[in-house]
Formats: sequence, structure tokens, C-alpha cells
Amino acid sequence: MEVSLTVNGQAVTSEVEARTLLVHLLRENLGLTGTHVGCETGYCGACTVHVDGTPVKSCTMLAAQVEGAEVTTVEGLANGELHPVQEGFWERHGLQCGYCTPGMIMTAAGMLADNDNPSEDEIRHGIEGNLCRCTGYHNIVRAIEYAAAKMRGDEPAAPDWEVV
Amino acid sequence: MTTSPVTRKRIRGGIGESPLRPDGIPKVTGNFAYASDLHAEGMLWAATLRSPHPRARITKLDTAPALAVGGVVAVLTQDDVPGRPGFGMHVPDQPVFAAGECNYWGEPIAVVAASDLETAKLGVAAIVVEYEVLEPLTDMEEADAADSQTRRMKIRRGDRTVSGAVSVEGYYEVGQQDQAPLGNEAGLAIPDGDGGVDLYAVSQWVHSDHWQIYPCLNLEPEQIRCHPVGMGGAFGSREDVSMHIHLCMLALRTGRPVKMMFDRAESFVGHVHRHPARMWYRHEADADGKLVKVEARLILDGGAYESSSNAVIANAAYFAMGPYLCDNVFIDSVAVKTNNPPAGAMRGFGGVQTAFGHEAQMDRLADELSIDRLEFRRRNALGQGDPMNSSGQIIEGSLPTAELIDELASMPIVEPLASDDPRHLPGGTGLTTNPDHVKRGMGYGVTIKNLAFSEAFDDYSDVRISLSPIGVEVYTAAAEVGQGMVTIIQQLAREVLKIEQVAVVWSDTNVIGSAGSTSASRQTQMTGGATYQCAVELRQQILDEFGGDDLSSEGVWRDGDLLVTLAEVCGGGAKEHEIRYRHPETFATDENGQGDPHPAFAVAAHRAVVDVDPELGLVRVVQLDTVQDVGKVLNPVAALGQIEGGALQGVGMAVLEELVVDKGVIKNPNFTDYLLPTFLDAPHIEVRFVEEPERWGPLGAKGIGEPPTISAGPAVYAAIQDAIGRHLHRVPVLPQHIVGSS
Repeated sequence: MEVSLTVNGQAVTSEVEARTLLVHLLRENLGLTGTHVGCETGYCGACTVHVDGTPVKSCTMLAAQVEGAEVTTVEGLANGELHPVQEGFWERHGLQCGYCTPGMIMTAAGMLADNDNPSEDEIRHGIEGNLCRCTGYHNIVRAIEYAAAKMRGDEPAAPDWEVV
Repeated sequence: MTTSPVTRKRIRGGIGESPLRPDGIPKVTGNFAYASDLHAEGMLWAATLRSPHPRARITKLDTAPALAVGGVVAVLTQDDVPGRPGFGMHVPDQPVFAAGECNYWGEPIAVVAASDLETAKLGVAAIVVEYEVLEPLTDMEEADAADSQTRRMKIRRGDRTVSGAVSVEGYYEVGQQDQAPLGNEAGLAIPDGDGGVDLYAVSQWVHSDHWQIYPCLNLEPEQIRCHPVGMGGAFGSREDVSMHIHLCMLALRTGRPVKMMFDRAESFVGHVHRHPARMWYRHEADADGKLVKVEARLILDGGAYESSSNAVIANAAYFAMGPYLCDNVFIDSVAVKTNNPPAGAMRGFGGVQTAFGHEAQMDRLADELSIDRLEFRRRNALGQGDPMNSSGQIIEGSLPTAELIDELASMPIVEPLASDDPRHLPGGTGLTTNPDHVKRGMGYGVTIKNLAFSEAFDDYSDVRISLSPIGVEVYTAAAEVGQGMVTIIQQLAREVLKIEQVAVVWSDTNVIGSAGSTSASRQTQMTGGATYQCAVELRQQILDEFGGDDLSSEGVWRDGDLLVTLAEVCGGGAKEHEIRYRHPETFATDENGQGDPHPAFAVAAHRAVVDVDPELGLVRVVQLDTVQDVGKVLNPVAALGQIEGGALQGVGMAVLEELVVDKGVIKNPNFTDYLLPTFLDAPHIEVRFVEEPERWGPLGAKGIGEPPTISAGPAVYAAIQDAIGRHLHRVPVLPQHIVGSS
């Protein structure tokens, strides 16, 4: 079957099977490998993208379901520049291996679009559906706080570590 | 020669700073190339047929039906292995494919290359294979009784007739943990058209892969080039060969690039896991609270093949009693061979299992003596100049155990949570916990680990530095698995050469010699040490050639004047220097485990606070406070990241993570049933560093990756027991253990 949609602002049409998952459409058909596959069961969130502005785990959605939709992947989150969330993950060491990072960024960007001043608890609950095995999560929380401040037009808080 | 009033620019991104990761931009924009993202024109996809039985004889194997599937290009089995039939980290005891007999559930039997992944899987399904199912050996004590083992190791030190005023005995079990890196195994092999192949597959040590691959392919070493590649974490799971030989064989057979990518379920059977363990301990102390004797028996299940079991069991034995002084130590340990999934390297490597045992024993002894648990550890703290309790090796490097304990004791203890938010209760929004029933507990874990490779292993890292007017290039094969090695190499090169532009060139096995494994907490010291030493020597060569006293990005200086520019220095071509860096020599120990097996040690101390619902068996890890012996901090943010992430893997091991292996079959090979800590499981964590420089390595820095994983778990385990007021003998601690139903 054929599916037509908008991906990162570009109209695309692609031949898929009825059972093809959105993540495979993105990675295999369109070559957008920034969206990662971690578990294939909806638990890790490494495959998170935006469908019509809402974060979804793209391994839990069929390609056929995005007919006519607007899909944004990590590659299309910002045009040539860094989205504040991307900047936060880099600036606040919110990544190590980086495999979970695109999914974390897409979930966080979706969360901050709804609430640009979340508490630490709100951040942790807002992104609890994404797994990271490297960081212990704290720097990811700091990265999202950094991004939230930037999106509000505030100066991000200084890093919470010091060398004494 | 030029002389001018040029002033030297300050160099940013040196030691002690936290420069941003150079791989940060590609990783946040989705442009970083992981092994799973690789693509080559005309490539085939491969899939693996795996044994459905832990032990069986293959009575029929017919690949013809698979070859008849449209789109299938090749099907290979053990009959197609052109060279040595097996591979292995230490001994080549694992056949490339099971032939004759399958020895574990999931052992590869054949591989299929096809036009696409789905077709390759159809090919796998079409292979006709018949088995005579055999009774598997899956109990580690039965294996020990049957003398099915890869290494027995004993420690005999001191006088066994000595006894203390108090004695405690304990039995402990540790379940099997999976590394569970977020990125699954993946690789791409590309034939070079000349009988050789380039392999881009996940690896913590490309040279070790290389040494195992080319004999199996019966090729000259330089015909196989293993390339470092991007990967989504490792934690030990990528130290062993998995798909590597299969991919090379398929590429050579088909003449086309071949890609393989495990899914999560296959990843769980496609890499080695942490060894499950059973441990018996007797500790004795005198009335003043000094340890006088430790006896232990340790069994670790290594599964079907040796992998790194023999080094893991040595670590378990050498570090069986933690960082405490004791002169009478008697340990019998064994790594057994069974039909369970092969066990091998995972962060902490043998020291993790025994840490649960020795720390529980220290608590029991302290309680028996009515001495504060931390004070009891302090009284027995092992330090620089002391003999190592197990091997008797005099500890020449730094070992600030007492300082760590003092620092940990000085950290403020977290207050009980004022919030009545049910999400902060054990069990969270399940809303099953009555807040009035929650009990708070506190526990400690103080642990020790060797750094880099031990027991006479020729451990080295090769680095080549090239200096040109546009900057510095550092050539290395050291695996960057996410830990931030790339930043550390840059910082060290900048620090010495005073040139800001430093690029790390990840190089294949034909371009540069081995960097050793990204494991054993060793790369900061080994490849970092190699980078530092190489830069120092290159700088000196340049200064000698031009008669200068300083080098920077401007050029060579003498007495504050610029003698020659960098362009002039490199007028005859880039300045290059290559070195092989080794740590102090280590030695095999004698039949009693006595000698000098280790190049360096590091300690870590954790204090955990937990809330427990004893009726429902629910645990919430509230707080971790930790102090770590780091030698010298090279990059504070990267060090914090390693410690926070490593500690959470220890927490996971204490309360969540266990591979359920039933009669040799993994029952939970997915993230639905194998539970990883989430954002909500991560406790608040406070980290402090103690800096006492190590005798070797760059600027006194120590490796930091493994110690936090080792000490966090025992602290949580102790805190749970403190909360419920009862001894528990198994980790992970599950609800049924807490409520006492098992």
C-alpha cells in the first residue's frame, strides 16, 4: 500500500506493507535513522517522534495510521539550529551513548510545548516512559530544566555541580 | 626564524574543565551513526537460526529449503567455517556455529543472508533441523559437584586456626543481571573485493575481535579490518564476539555487504550476561572490632562457554572481602560450566557479586559487636602501604578507604519526605501503600575494585599523535561507548600541547595497534595515559629540534619569544609520534592466590536511604550519597555522569533487574519483563570525589566506571534489611522476600 504524509515539513509518499511500523517507514524507507529502535515493545521510548505535534512511540504505530499526518523526527525538530532541548542535552551532559537521546528530546519537547515551567517532579513524570541506561537520569532532568528556561526567555540556572 | 610580540592564547577545554562533548551535536540532532544505522549500496540482511534447547544433539540439519526461498542468497553453518572452528576471549572454546551439540538456549546454528531482513527470517524458518533433546546441566552446585568448571581459584593467607571473639555466618545469592544497553547489537561487513573484509560491528575492543576472527576465516591478519563504530552503550556486553565472524563469512561468501541487527529479544540471548552467584561467608572479629579471619566459598555460573569467566572468578576471589584489613583469609571459588546462557563481562566484573556478601557480613559483625556499622568499617579500612587482604600484594598506589568513609559520614542525611504526594510512596501511584506503615532504612556499601587488566596480562594502549598547522590528531582504537573517552583524550592532548584543536581519529586494526578493551575501568588511565605520554614526548622532540622551551598553537617559544610558527615547525610535514603505553607489570599468583596480580585499585562508598512497605514488599530508594576515589578529576561533569549512571545500575541490580533463567531458558528477554530503573526509580544522589593521585596514569587519574555500580547495590540491600529489621539473603530483593513468603 501507499502512504502519503509530511515528514519534517516535506511531503513524502512511500510504499509500505499494511504491517509496516512507523519507525521502519522512517528509518528504512526514508533513511531518517535518528529515530532509534531500542525494544520494539513500547517501553524504552528511543523511537519517539511527533505525530501532528504529539509525542508518540513510533514502534507502536503503523505506517498506515499516519496517512495525511505531519510527522516530526529529531532531524526536523529545528531547522539548521539547535532546539533548546537539543542544546540542553549537549550543554548539561544529558547524554552519554546518546542512543536514547532523540526519543528523550522528542518527549521533552512535546512536554515543554504544553508547559514551559515544569517542576522537577513534573519533568520526571512527564518523561518516565523513556529509558536511559547510561546517565542515571539526573543530567537529563537538568537538560530539560535548561531548555525550559531558554524557552521562557530566562537565563538557565548554573550547573548544580561545583569543584571545591 | 621569527621573533615577534605574539602572545600565547589561553587554551580552553583542558584538564579540570568540562568541555562539551564533540559528539554531542550529532547525538542530539540524530546524525550520529550507530552500527544499526549503517548502510551500504547493495547490502544484504542476515538473520540467525538459534537453538531452541539448552542442550541437544543436532540429528539433522538441512539448509537446502532455506536456499530455495526467493531472495535468500546464502546459508552458512559450521561446515562452512574455513579456519579454526571456534573463538573466545581467552580460549577458543566456542564454536562459530553449534555443530553436533547445542550447549545453550539461543546458540547460533546457522545464518542466512537475503535481500531484506524479512526474507532472511523466512530463510531461517525454512531450515530443517532435528534435535535429540538432552538433559541440561543448569544448577551451579550440581556443576561444581560434577567438576564442570573453567577455573578453581583459592586464596590461602595466614593461619586458619586463628579465631575471633565473635563470628557471623551468611549465605547469599545474586541473580543474573543483563547489561541492557539501549542500542542492540548491530554490524555491517563489507568485502574488499580482494578476499578480505572490513567489519563495522559493535565492540568494546576491536583488536580482540580481530584476533578471534581471522583464524576462523583462515585469512592473514591484515585481510580483516575491524573498525570502531558508534554504539548505544555496552557495559560489558560488547566485549565478546557475537555476530562478527558470521557477518565476515557471509560477506566473503556472497561478495556483497551484509548487515545484521539483533532485536531486543535476540540481544538478550546474543550477548553474555553477569554471572549469577552463590556465596557462603564466615567472618570473625576480635572484641575491639578488628577483623581477624574471613572464610568464603564462592560459586559463579559461567554458562556454556568460558568467555571471561576465569578473570571474573579471580576478581570475585581477590575482592571477596572488600577494602578491609585482614591477615587470615581462606577463599574457595569456582566458575562452573553449565548449559545456561554464557556469562561474561559486566560492569564490576566479579567484584559486584561478592560486594553484596562482604558488606552484609560487615553489618552483621558490627551489630554483633555493638559498634556503629560505618565505624566498624573505618576501624578495618585498607589503605596505601597495607597488604591486600586476599593476595598479600602491598598496595603501592593510592587507596583512601578511610578518607572515603570519613567523608561519607560527614554528608548530611536526607530528611524524611515532608510531601504527602502518593507518588513518593513505595509503589507510587499504585496507591496501595498506607503511609503510616512505611519504614525507612539506611545502609552502607564500601567496596574495592582493581583498575585495568591483572594477573600478568600484557595490558597496553597504542596511540599515535599527528601535529600539523591545523591542529592535533590522536589516532586510537579505544572504543567510545558513551563514557566520554573522546573528551578525555582531547583534554589531555590540549593540556600538554597547548593546542585547542584536537581531533580523535577512531582507527581500524590495520591503522593503529590495540588500545585494549573499554572495560575494567581502564581507558582513562590506559588510553588517557598513552595520549598524555605520547603528547609529552612529541612536544619534547619538537622543542629539542628547534631549541625551544615551550610549544603552543602559535609555534615554538624560548624565553617568551616565538622562535618558529607552527606552520614552520610542520614545514617538512606533520610531526608524528606513536607510543605503546603500559601500566606497572603484574604477575600471576601462586597456588594460594598470593603475589602481585593488580596494577591499581579504587574504592567507592555509598549510603542509601530507602522507604519500604513491609506488608506489600514495595521499596522506594529515596537517596544515595556517595564518595568515590577518583585519583584526580579530569572532567567533573563526565565523572558525575559516570557515577550517577553506574550507581543506578547497582540500584537496579538490588531491587529490580534479574534475568529469569528456567532450566536454561531465558523467560523474560524483553523490557516488559526485565525491569530497568526508570526516571521514577532513580533516587536523588549526592556525589563527592576524593582526590589522591594514583602512581600511574595521566596526572594521577583513576578509572571511575565500575566502582559506583559495585557499592550502590549493597548499600540499598542493607538499607532494605535495616528498614524491615530482618536479614535477606538474595538480590534482587523482590516483594516476596520482604514480606517473607519466600
